Order: sequence, then structure tokens, then C-alpha cells
Amino acid sequence: MAELSNQLMAVTVLAYLAAMVLYAGEYAFGAKSRVGRAAVLPARELVGAGAPVPDDLPPAPVLVVSNSKRAEWVGRAAVGFNVLALLLHLGTLVTRGIAADRMPWGNMYEYILSATFVGSAVWAGVLLRRPALRHIGLFVSLALVLLLGADGMIAYTPVGPLVPALQSYWFIIHVSTIILASGILLIGAVPAAMFLIRDGYDRGKRRFPYTLGKSLPDATLLERLTFRLHAFAFPLFTFGALIAGPIWAEASWGRYWNWDPKEVWAFISWVVYAGYLHARATPSVKRTVATWIAILGFATMLMNLFGVNLFFSGLHSYANAGGM
Amino acid sequence: MTVVEERPAPPAAPPPRRPNRLWALLRNSWRQLTSMRTALVLLFLLAVAAIPGSIFPQRAVDSQRVTEYYAAHPKLAPVLERLGGFEVYASPWFASIYLLLFTSLIGCVIPRLLDHIRSLRLAPPDAPKRLDRLPQSAPAVESSKTPAELAAMLRKRRFRVKLREHDDGSVTVSAEKGHLKETGNLIFHFALLAVLIGVGFGHWYGWHGNRILVAGADQGFCNSLAQYDDSTLGPRVTAADLPNFCLTLNNFEASYQPDTGQPKGFEATVGVTEDDGPVQTRDFTVNDPLRLHHANVHLIGHGYAVTVRYTDRYGESQTKTVPFLPVDGMFTSEGVAQFPDVNIDPKTNKRDATLQMGFEGRYLPTVGTGATSTYPAENAPALFLTAYRGDLGLDVGTPGSVYSLDQGQIETGDLKNISGERPHELKVGETWTLDDGSKLEFVGTRPYATLAIRYDPTQSLILVGAVLGLIGLMLSLGGHRRRVWFRALPASPDSSGGTLLAAGGLPRTDYPGFTDEFASLVKAAEEGNP
Repeated sequence: MAELSNQLMAVTVLAYLAAMVLYAGEYAFGAKSRVGRAAVLPARELVGAGAPVPDDLPPAPVLVVSNSKRAEWVGRAAVGFNVLALLLHLGTLVTRGIAADRMPWGNMYEYILSATFVGSAVWAGVLLRRPALRHIGLFVSLALVLLLGADGMIAYTPVGPLVPALQSYWFIIHVSTIILASGILLIGAVPAAMFLIRDGYDRGKRRFPYTLGKSLPDATLLERLTFRLHAFAFPLFTFGALIAGPIWAEASWGRYWNWDPKEVWAFISWVVYAGYLHARATPSVKRTVATWIAILGFATMLMNLFGVNLFFSGLHSYANAGGM
Repeated sequence: MTVVEERPAPPAAPPPRRPNRLWALLRNSWRQLTSMRTALVLLFLLAVAAIPGSIFPQRAVDSQRVTEYYAAHPKLAPVLERLGGFEVYASPWFASIYLLLFTSLIGCVIPRLLDHIRSLRLAPPDAPKRLDRLPQSAPAVESSKTPAELAAMLRKRRFRVKLREHDDGSVTVSAEKGHLKETGNLIFHFALLAVLIGVGFGHWYGWHGNRILVAGADQGFCNSLAQYDDSTLGPRVTAADLPNFCLTLNNFEASYQPDTGQPKGFEATVGVTEDDGPVQTRDFTVNDPLRLHHANVHLIGHGYAVTVRYTDRYGESQTKTVPFLPVDGMFTSEGVAQFPDVNIDPKTNKRDATLQMGFEGRYLPTVGTGATSTYPAENAPALFLTAYRGDLGLDVGTPGSVYSLDQGQIETGDLKNISGERPHELKVGETWTLDDGSKLEFVGTRPYATLAIRYDPTQSLILVGAVLGLIGLMLSLGGHRRRVWFRALPASPDSSGGTLLAAGGLPRTDYPGFTDEFASLVKAAEEGNP
């Protein structure tokens, strides 16, 4: 069963990769995209240059239509692969859990596997409710492929039982809410980054990352999605990290707060995200500034996920790469 | 700390009296401190200031690692010490940030609380003249609903409603909803204050200590400062305030995975006497502490204590049980047995400082081929000791580690290795005869439990504060304040008692769902449409 889980994990990454390539395909050939238009324009010139063509036969719109139709199919295929990847991802988790005979949240590898699954599921939910946002699928799947790849390469741990310190029902409450919250916060960084790109594009910036902004959804839509994801995840994170965590810590170590590196970074993330929510609620603070704070929060989450586990030792060290 | 809501401009300020520069400076600094921008900067500073605590070892978390850091970085460590790098969360600069932040918070939430109480008591304001200028509006249509029915409909949807009759014969219905958002927001911020105060009081009135408790009735422990291995009392706690209880470790069970040696479970059984009452037998384990009156006993580690009997050259014997500290997951354990009061010549009855004995070495619960244990349970236990004779250096009075010999004494040659480079191996029950005819017997081992005993009087209050804060946070993030107005004009006299209804709506926060809500309200208002 553990072997099956590992194979499923590899297939999951491949499926996300396929979805990413297809999203990219749609991105490149879509009618809205720069690339798509660039591809259309020379075609017209070529026809014009080759032979005298009557003016009343414009080939370009035809091409645009066929292009966007193809792009539409590519986009649907991308969503299909995305859903397939999500199911495989679930399969990886379930088989891992069966192999270990417990919730698959016992170490860093399993934790990231679960958090990315939550992120992916939330993305699927967003896609279902707002199909117009499909264009950012490229970046969502890119983030998922990178995180899962890093997880498999840096943090892989063979299936093992839980150490006694983790044998508590608070394990399920604390870890599940944190996984849920971090998954949503991690995925929330994607619309945040997309908003910054789109907003920059709208304000006339044409340097590299902003050129991507052309085919992105409306900036207001992206900004609102960013806020809603963060506003949903923040109380969850508060509960998981600052209420359930301390309750368990009190029972386990005797102190509800130990300034352990993991706790310190959870505190930092919490403070930064609180800053984001405040900044966004203040009319005098620009939305771009607020969104940058959300991106900073994402960076602190990544630090907590990878940096703290790999560089610091502390009470949460059983989450380390390599088991104990 | 959040949005300053637009509200009717206050009456024009009275003309400034003689300007007082100091007062102006104070007032401006206070305004600056309580501004959102400052609060954001302070939040950011707080996050940055917390980082060093995750990089450098913290004395409050693990003082052992601070000592190790001193050994590894002898130049850097004193500098860090002066900057508070080992006690980041108790350092003045960290405290100054959060105290400023909380001052800013108080300066922001108190006026907001007063404002909020005032606005809770105010009726929703009258409709603006032109409803069609509002973000949401509906043109006038005929409706058979009376303003009173409209008000009832809005009240049913939990709006606060106010009806106003005007001289021109029109009636306005003003409705407002979503005060819970600000209520929640205030609850959240006051809960944060409560948590901070709770943490402060917990620090003042709490205490904690650690103690290694070896199994056996002869190794019992009573709750007094002298019996702790290390302890910290809060500034408002004295030794006499500690609750009266005694513990003896009756049994300690540890189970491990057969193949990997990973721990599976622990169980400590203790005899407890509280306030000189009868002895009770209680079990506790990791994650399930022993809760006593005003004290909690947490199992945070375990190990083996070695019992050895030393018989000196005059035939006098002493038995000691000393805890050995595990150095790896397989419980390779290190420790020392010291016998300062041995080899006393019965004729002179004088202690000879050069004849004190010390035995240092390792205990391996399962001996393999190497120098470390291969399994944490006692499958093939053995003790590997090196014997030292001479002055142990215990009389000087400087506290040293009880888990190793005084290296200074060995370096000066006052304490000499008398058994050679290779440690001597002893199985349980074996006796080792030394060069002077004295003997050391390995009697056996006993398990010990490492206990953290703590009391924090405010932790339940802090939990209540945190839960209230979370509830407030959810109300604040989920709520939306909005206002809706209806203006009813008497319809043309030929129609039968109907009214002409116009509507307008104003969301006071970013609320994308307001369009739908407004539409449904308007629909409900027009239901009586002829």
C-alpha cells in the first residue's frame, strides 16, 4: 500500500504537470492572449503578401475563432487533467493513510501532501463557481507541481507509526485545521500574485511579469478572491495555531506557548496576515500594498513549512524530514 | 485600527485658543501612534523582532542549548547575551514593540467602542434626498404595501428600522443592519488585550520546575524548591506558596516498536499524597498529565538510573542510585557515580580527599557491537565505567554537573584515572575489583521519569479570551454593515390606497453580495404590486 501511494504521488505530479502544460497551451493560443494575437496577425500579412486578396475577405477573424475554439478545448482538457490530478492526489493521501493506519499527517512529507491537496481542492471549488478565473490555472498548477516536487525530493519519509507525543485527539484537530488553513493560504497567494501582475499591466507596465497580465481575469475579481480566501483561512489558522495548538501544548509539554521555532513562525505568519487584513480594511492603504503583505505572509508560511523543518530543531521536530 | 467610517462631520471646532506647543506635540504624537499606519508598522516590526528567537537558542526554552551555543561561539555569545538574543521574548526591545502596539490598540479601540455604543443607540439616519445617487437604487413603482408593512418586513430580516413622516406627505423607512461586524471587531481587539494581561499575570503568579523522579519508595519527591533539579518562580510567588504534595514513582512502562525501537507508548504510575491526605495511586502519560490541585505534572522524558555499590578498602560499602541521561534514541545513557565519603580510615576517622572515588561512563540497555545501544529496552544491559580516584572537587562549593566529573580536577591531576583507557564492562550483578582492593558492584537499574511540574493560574482565562477573540474575528470578517431606505409617496388619488415606492441602498463595507440582497428586498417590498 505504501508503494502504491508513492507511485500515485508520482502520477499525481505528472497529472498536475499535464494540466499545467494544457493551461499554458490555452494561455498561448487563447484569443485573449498576446501570443494568440501575434500568431494571428502575421497570418493576415502573409496572405496579403502572397497574392492580391480582395479586401472583403478578412482571414484574421476566422483564424481567431478557430484559435479560440481550439483554445477552449485545450482549456477544458486542462481542467479535466486538473480534476484527474486532484483525484490522484486524494488517492495518494488515502493509500498513505491506509499504509500507516492513521491520518496521513505525521511528518513533513505527509503534511505538505495534505496542505497542497487542500489548496488544490479549494482551487477546484473556485473553478467551479467562477469559470472565468480559469486563466490563472497555469499558475495554480505550477505552484502545486513545485510544492509537490519539493515535497517528494526534500521531505520524503517512509511510512511509520506515530511517536507517543503525537498520539492524541488534538493531533487530528490541531493538524487538520492548520493543514486546511495553510492549504488555503498557500493557494490564496496565487490570485494575490496574479492581481499584482494584472494591476501592474492595467497601469501600463510592460516589463516581463506584467506582460502576463493581459490575459488574466479582471483585477478587482482577483483582488476580491484573494481577500475572501485569506479572510476564510485566517480564523481557521487562528484556531489551529493559536487555540488548538496551545491547548495540546499545555497537555503535552505543560506550557501553552513555548516559543518553539515552529510556533514563532506561526506567530509571525499570523501577525503578517493580520497586517494584511488591517491594511485591506483601511481605505488609505492601497490594495497593491495590502496584497504585497499577503505575499509576504505566503513567504513566511513557506519558511515555516520548509525552512523551520530543515534548519531549526525544536519541540515540533517530529515533523522533520526523515521521521523522528 | 480599522476603517474610520464616514460619518456626519462634527460641529465646527471652536476657534483655537492660545496654542500650547507641548500639548500640540503630545496630541499629534498620540494621533500618530494610534494611526493605522503606525499600527501596521508595529505589527511588521513585531513579526521581524520575533525572528531571532527562532534562530538563537532561548534560555526559557532550553538553557542547555544556550550553554552549548556559548561553547560553540565564545566570541559571539556574550554580544548576543547583551542584546538579549537568548531571551528575545523577555527583552526590552521586544516588550517595547508589543507594548507600543497595545497602546496604539487601546488608543484606537476605546474611541471606537464609545462611537459604537453611540451608534447602537442611534436610529438609522433619514433617507438622502436623491435615492438614485446611491450605489444601489430602484426607481419608484406602485406598491400596495404600507410603510408599516415595509418596516415589519425589514424587521423580520433583522434590520433596525425607523419610520419618518415628512411634511410633503412622504414617509421614509430607514433600515440598517450589520452592527455585529463592528461588535465582533471590538470583541476581537479587547480579547487580545485580555490575553496579553492574562499572560502577564500568569507570568507573575505562575511557577514551574523540573525533576527527575527515580522509581522506588526511597526516591520520593515532595513539592519544595530544594527538591527540584531546576525551578523558576514567578515574581509574585514565594517558596511558601507552593502547594503541598508528594510523589513516588511506583512503576514506569515504556513500549517500543520491535524493529526500529521507536517509542510506542509510556505509562507512569505514581503514588500521590496531597495536603498530607491518604496516598492515591494515579496513572499519567505523555499528552495526559497528572492534574493536581494548583499543579500539573507532565511526563516529558524518561531514562535509566543505575544502582551501584562501592565497597572501600576498609570494607565499608555505600549504595547509590544515579540517573544516567540518554544521549540518543536508543537510550545510550551517560552519567557518573561519585563517592566523596569513602576510604575513611577507621583508626583516625579522617576523610582523605585524595581517596575519593568517581565512576564515569555509559549505560547501554542493549549492547550491540559498537559503543552505543542498539535498542531502547533493556534486552542486554551493560555498564561501561572508568574509575577515578582523587579529589572530586565537590567541596569547593561551585555547583557542577551531576552527570559528569569535574574536568578541571582531572586536568590538574587531582583526580586520576586508575582503570586505563578502555572502560570496564559490568553486567548486572557483576563486581569489579580495583587496584586497591576496593570493589564496585553493578546492582541493577531502575527507570526514572523526567517531570515538568507547572502551575499557571491564568491559562483557562487566556483560553476563554482566545476563543472570544476568534468569535469576534469571525463576526468581524463575515459581517457587513449596510443601509437601505424606502421612500413612500402617496400614489395618485384614483388608485386604491397604493403607494409609490422608491428604494436606495448603501453598503458601508466592501460587500459584493449586496446587489442581490438589495434586489431581493426591493422585490419583497413590491410584492403587493397591483
